[in-house]
Amino acid sequence: MANSDTRPKSFQEIILRLQNYWAEQGCAVLQPYDMEVGAGTFHPATTLRSLGSQPWAAAYVQPSRRPTDGRYGENPNRLQHYYQYQVLIKPSPPNLQELYLGSLEAIGIDMDLHDIRFVEDDWESPTLGAWGLGWEVWCDGMEVSQFTYFQQVGGYDCHPVSGELTYGLERLAMYILGVDHVMDMPFNDPGAPIPLSYGDVFKQTEEEYARWNFDVANTDVLLKQFEEAEAECKAILDQAHVDPKTGKRIVMAHPAYDQCIKASHLFNLLDARGVISVTERQAYIGRVRALAKLCADAFVQTRAGGWTDGDAA
Amino acid sequence: MPDLLIELFSEEIPARMQKRAADDLKKLVTDGLVEAGLTYAGAAALSTPRRLTLAIEGLLATSPDTHEERKGPKVGAPDKAIEGFLRGAGLTRDQLEERDTPKGPVYFALIEKKGRPAAEIIAEVLEAAIRSFPWPKAMRWGAGSLRWVRPLHSILCILSDETGASVVPLDIDGIKAGDTTEGHRFMAPGRFAVTGFADYETKLKAARVILSPEERADHIWAEAQNAAFAQGLEIVEDKGLLAEVAGLVEWPVVLMGDIAEEFIPLPPEVLQTSMREHQKFFSVKNPKSGLIEKFVTVANRETADHGATILAGNQKVLSARLADAKFFWENDLRVAEAGAGAWLDSLANVTFHNKLGTQGERIERIAQLARAIAPSLDADPELAEQAARWAKADLSSEMVYEFPELQGLMGKYYAAPAGHPVEVANAAVEHYSPLGPSDDVPSAPVSVAVALADKLDTLTGFWAIDEKPTGSKDPFALRRAALGVIRLVLDNDLRLALDQLFDAQLLRHEIALDDDGAVRNALLRDLDNEIADHGVFGAAIRTVLDHFDGDLSKHLEKVKDSLPDTSRDLLGFFHDRLKVYLRDKGVRHDVIDACLAMPGNDDLSLLVKRAEALTAFLSTDDGENLLQGVKRSSNILAQAEEKDGVEYSYGADVKFAEADEEKALFAALDTAEAAIKPAMEAEDFAAAMQAMANLRAPIDAFFEAVQINTDNQVVRRNRLNLLSRIRMICAGVADLSRIEG
Repeated sequence: MANSDTRPKSFQEIILRLQNYWAEQGCAVLQPYDMEVGAGTFHPATTLRSLGSQPWAAAYVQPSRRPTDGRYGENPNRLQHYYQYQVLIKPSPPNLQELYLGSLEAIGIDMDLHDIRFVEDDWESPTLGAWGLGWEVWCDGMEVSQFTYFQQVGGYDCHPVSGELTYGLERLAMYILGVDHVMDMPFNDPGAPIPLSYGDVFKQTEEEYARWNFDVANTDVLLKQFEEAEAECKAILDQAHVDPKTGKRIVMAHPAYDQCIKASHLFNLLDARGVISVTERQAYIGRVRALAKLCADAFVQTRAGGWTDGDAA
Repeated sequence: MPDLLIELFSEEIPARMQKRAADDLKKLVTDGLVEAGLTYAGAAALSTPRRLTLAIEGLLATSPDTHEERKGPKVGAPDKAIEGFLRGAGLTRDQLEERDTPKGPVYFALIEKKGRPAAEIIAEVLEAAIRSFPWPKAMRWGAGSLRWVRPLHSILCILSDETGASVVPLDIDGIKAGDTTEGHRFMAPGRFAVTGFADYETKLKAARVILSPEERADHIWAEAQNAAFAQGLEIVEDKGLLAEVAGLVEWPVVLMGDIAEEFIPLPPEVLQTSMREHQKFFSVKNPKSGLIEKFVTVANRETADHGATILAGNQKVLSARLADAKFFWENDLRVAEAGAGAWLDSLANVTFHNKLGTQGERIERIAQLARAIAPSLDADPELAEQAARWAKADLSSEMVYEFPELQGLMGKYYAAPAGHPVEVANAAVEHYSPLGPSDDVPSAPVSVAVALADKLDTLTGFWAIDEKPTGSKDPFALRRAALGVIRLVLDNDLRLALDQLFDAQLLRHEIALDDDGAVRNALLRDLDNEIADHGVFGAAIRTVLDHFDGDLSKHLEKVKDSLPDTSRDLLGFFHDRLKVYLRDKGVRHDVIDACLAMPGNDDLSLLVKRAEALTAFLSTDDGENLLQGVKRSSNILAQAEEKDGVEYSYGADVKFAEADEEKALFAALDTAEAAIKPAMEAEDFAAAMQAMANLRAPIDAFFEAVQINTDNQVVRRNRLNLLSRIRMICAGVADLSRIEG
């Protein structure tokens, strides 16, 4: 069905088509989470919502930051700031593979000409205490998505199981648009009155952040902030479930989780500054995982996490 | 007799798990059927990425009737006992039979079981197999609780005979067994019904699925070779990759593509590794130049453009990957050409083990040891030290960071640009060997020196911090390291006093483990000087430590006493590994024990030489009989010594000899002693043992003719002292008391 006429023309068109496609499949199209995260999985719409028994279906773009991957905008594929497209459906529908393949067609991949393969790739996030089984999806030998059935998050067994799809948007778009360097990729329609490339939008910020991430970020401050985020996360979760002011039961899983996300990103920044030794690394990851676990504990105590008044006893 | 066809259809099964899973399915189902009385003529297990298939031929249509007789409690036994028996037998009391036995009347249960139809048994067996399937990693999906490697979509389970096929009724968590399956995901979507294995296999092929993994692999290999051959090229064989790729496709289509000109000069191992690891491509070599010039990829489908789009896509991905590899190679070469200082500096910051310090410190220790060992290998100590310092440098290179399996090999490539001679280059790759029991053992002296130093440093290090292998736990592969040392020593016929090497390296570790830096540096300097002056040493360690009398830290004070024990313990570990190694080569354990009991047992080559000579000696008639004679004299001696409360040793004098046989034994012992001493000094064990063998006749004759215990105490004592001479002379060759039989 897809032919050269229906090929997308720009990065944003690919995003828009994914948004439309998953909206048509019944997903709630959410907006990016308003914090720095390393991957779309960190969005509470994935991490927290994959817990508990409530059904869920969401799709969203998530700007993601990996400070160590910064290359001053010079590497054709590597960026310290990039976009992931994330889909999470709970319980995973039996036709999730077909739905996924439909999304590839929607963004202009002709199923009759390409070789799509599901290659084993088990997913594990030590910082989130999460793992799942699935594949990396190859299109003509290139990895275009991660496809995972979540088995555990925050130390909890996922029941029901969520199906998670993650598209690395820049790489996928470069492939579809036939671009060799990410900075050359058209961001909007090349025929627009003011055509903008990916480089027009992001080249300068890649340079600025690479310099800051690698050489300038004040590590004493970052370390202090890490400790503060960790302490705040625990302090939030130490509060009584019933709010003394309103008399309502309000478990603050999300505010606590924000602090966990902060700690995780601060760790990534410290890592990029090269001040974390191999042995310390494991200890830091363990501290973030402990926070994620506490947040998961709290979330399953909330309504969205499956708590009902009947559990109150 | 009916045939059974089972297909478990799922989402994509990891390639590496398919074969094992098909075999497990076959075993679980056939074992279950046979246990229930359903025998069969033949069974075959097959797999594709999306299905496990089991075909069983000539199955019984029903299990045979069975008849069982069980003896129960006595008639009149307590009700409880009888009820228990009835429950077990599944009968009521009126169905029991009373029979007279010599012990009185006893209940007997006669259990008749009618055979059951195959379908019923198959349903039970298959359900049990699915629910207990031994996947290395299984998962749940959706809202269900069934576990499978990936979501299980359908079960095909049919029994077929001349009259037709019927579905075996089965429902596992909502998945009902049927008689349909699916073809290729993209080329032939949709379900179809089958009537038996032949029909299934034919229809699958029409639906673009080759069922047999071997057939897919053969097809891939043949097509790839044809494509390469047509252009005068050849495929680099890679059986592991072939099996993996055959597990990634249902309809293999082989496509050959070009590697861009700019990447061809990269080391062939780099191209091969990058293509295999990242893209699962085969390498295509030009036999004339030895260079990798093209690649073969295997697609899972045919397309209208004959794979042109697929190949172009793959080629593009490969170029991006190889651009990375080229980038790493060029960056690495720049660092190497600048002397590689940056790599060595960065190794100083990489932890090797949290107690054993950084890679930098480790390299320093290995370099010292390699230098110390070098003279005994006829290696240049300077070169050995230089090679040891270089051997781990590539661990900091970008290429090895990306492809850890290229460690050592990259060090070899980067050695010349960094200004190192070929011996140093070869040591970089060879010092990791031998890895396994069948791995080649390096023979170049510099490589051997570094290989030994690396392994000995690791072993002594983990001994120093007391993290030795226990049972099946050997996380640092210390057994492999010890076996590596053994093979390096024996294959190169090296003469090394391991004991002294252990001592020296253990001390280096202990000094590093000490907290007191000032003492450490002074000690290290002293130790190095001592080694430079006298070579590696054993007791001298105490001397070195004694220099610091009073200044030694508590840690090193303790070490002074514990180090010899640690060293001995490590030697014991080597002896255990050596025993295993020699036992596999057919050397008896008692022979090894007899040689281990001798001095110099830390010299493995000497030890093995002695063991081999002793094995040969014991296989002769003289050897076997001499052994008996020596044992007899030892026993008599031991008894007399216990009775008299003295040890008989020297002083046997021929002038007190009475019988001719006694005099002859004196003469024979003199001759033997004269021959054995120089032979032992020359380590000519065969000659020493021959001289010992010559004692057989005189000893036998002596025991034949002479009574040891006579009333004349002078003669008796003289004879006992004579026996002790036998014991002493033989004990200089091997500890024969440890030989069994």
